[in-house]
Amino acid sequence: MNKLILHIAESLLIARWKQTLVAAIGVTFSITMFVTLLSFMGGLNNMLDGLILNRTPHIRLFNEIKPSAQQAIQQAAAYKNAYHFIHSIKAGNNRQGIYNSGAIIKALAHDQSVLGYSPKLTAQIFFNNGTIALNGVINGIDEAAESKLFHFNEYVVEGTAEDINKIPNSIILGIELGKNMLVNIGDVIQISTSKGQLFQLKVVGFFQSGIKDLDKVQSYASIATVQKVMGKSAEYITDIQVKLKDINLAPTTAKKYAQLYRTDAEDIQTANAQFETGSSVRTLISYAVGITLLVVAGFGIYNILNMMIYEKMDSIAILKATGFSGKDVRNIFLVIALSIGFFGGILGLLGGLGLSYVIDQIPFNTASLPTIKTYPINYDPAFYLIGIIFSIITTYFSGFFPARKASKIDPVIIIRGK
Amino acid sequence: MKNIILEAQQINKYFHDPVTTQVLTEINFVIKKGEFVSITGKSGCGKSTMLYILSTMDTDYEGNLLIDGELMRNKSEGQLAMVRNEKIGFVFQFHYLLNEFSVLQNVMLPGLKLNRYSEKEVEHRAIEKLKMLGIDHLALKNANLVSGGEKQRIAIARALINDPHIIMGDEPTGNLDKKNSDMVFNIFEQLANEYNQTLMIVTHDQNFADRTHRIINMEDGKIISQ
Repeated sequence: MNKLILHIAESLLIARWKQTLVAAIGVTFSITMFVTLLSFMGGLNNMLDGLILNRTPHIRLFNEIKPSAQQAIQQAAAYKNAYHFIHSIKAGNNRQGIYNSGAIIKALAHDQSVLGYSPKLTAQIFFNNGTIALNGVINGIDEAAESKLFHFNEYVVEGTAEDINKIPNSIILGIELGKNMLVNIGDVIQISTSKGQLFQLKVVGFFQSGIKDLDKVQSYASIATVQKVMGKSAEYITDIQVKLKDINLAPTTAKKYAQLYRTDAEDIQTANAQFETGSSVRTLISYAVGITLLVVAGFGIYNILNMMIYEKMDSIAILKATGFSGKDVRNIFLVIALSIGFFGGILGLLGGLGLSYVIDQIPFNTASLPTIKTYPINYDPAFYLIGIIFSIITTYFSGFFPARKASKIDPVIIIRGK
Repeated sequence: MKNIILEAQQINKYFHDPVTTQVLTEINFVIKKGEFVSITGKSGCGKSTMLYILSTMDTDYEGNLLIDGELMRNKSEGQLAMVRNEKIGFVFQFHYLLNEFSVLQNVMLPGLKLNRYSEKEVEHRAIEKLKMLGIDHLALKNANLVSGGEKQRIAIARALINDPHIIMGDEPTGNLDKKNSDMVFNIFEQLANEYNQTLMIVTHDQNFADRTHRIINMEDGKIISQ
């Protein structure tokens, strides 16, 4: 494409700058909305993913209670190769604690693919509230690791997370549980284990996960406190939560760990499959809306170019008579369309950035998401790249047909018609 | 043979809509270098139709057309555009100047398209042509701000920019008053006599035709005298 074609296209564009502006504003508007929509949806997706995914380990090692793998019938030599229908030996000697947990933790500490790990033990307890015992769960956690990997401290809305390590026999309650039991920080509550033992623990904080049902039953204490409550040794833990450097490796790594450490291992993809679906559907919707906007803008460009071609019939005829080929004429109009797309698109990107920034400043306070203060925005450069590519592709197609029409104009018909 | 610019051999042309009618029958003639030819005839005799075939813009005909010894049949649309650009200059009844451009740029456009000279040289040549036609003072004006007679002279300058083998005109004085018609004719005459420029002008103005070197007279799609 040579300089002359560009020069002619530029002159035609400038001569009709009002029409050009209207066409470009169409593109600008749709790209602005496209980028803003994707950034906003991206931000929301990240936030909602964060709600579950940030707090979920990539791999969870635990022992599941299940019937004995060695069933009596397997011992009978006569049925060695048969399919066994009879499963009579129930789960008996299983225990929830992970065997040899100290060694596993040591091995994880040296594993290059592991970002971090956090041991945990979980027990069913009752909170004694006057004459009523409320069902509950107590989690023994390593507060430092839990805060670092799963942002535990961010969800402690009253008191401080660290206090469960500093103050002996202390507990952090779910905020709904605290409300139901009418307790404040500093109060002492009584719990009883499933075996009937009573303990007194001091409330040092409340946490809010954003999921009300969890906040009604969950509570956190240090590992040592929970081991004491349950009457177990210092080795006893029920879960090891692992965060990997690459989340996508979780399924394969989980299988490897299950074999290596002879525990059950569940990866995040299996545990939260439905979450991915939600994110991808939301993304799909924003792309669909964005592309619709662009197509509408494309029709605008199509109309304006068509009009321009009718107005410029004479010019096209004389260009062809004086030696410009159909291809040259087509290129002139394609250049016009593409420059509308390009400059409209660039302005649209700036508009999108601006609008995203404005949305980013709007306060957004919700009880379920204590860490979010404004509407979430994802400033991913990929959205901007997609935006500009889409705007150029759309304008190319909307310019293609008018340009082809212009290239096919027969100068004889125009000139003789005068 | 060397100085034959244009040759028409057995050219027939039909219109197919609404019914097939023959509009040109066995057109044969030769135009030599430096000739100033006028094509005359009544309205509808096919003289313009013939001109557009000879101009290479209309390709739907039978027979052969040779320009500068080259056969025009079987050339692609792009190749024909190049032939027009390099070898033919056009002056129509209407000036067809591009309003978006200045007078100078209008004259330069075919020269820039040809790309034989640098932009500076094309500009220099365009100013020379305008000077020759006495309108160089208009060079930087916008094309839609000059008078009708001036526009037609600008169109002639545009036709001359690539030093074409032949200038074709379709009623170039048809829209002009007596004074401007005379001026345009004098320019053509000057081009033919002083610069040895070949010209082929379609006209129904008998006064105009009488003053040219050679008259091709047409009737009902046939050449009756030349």
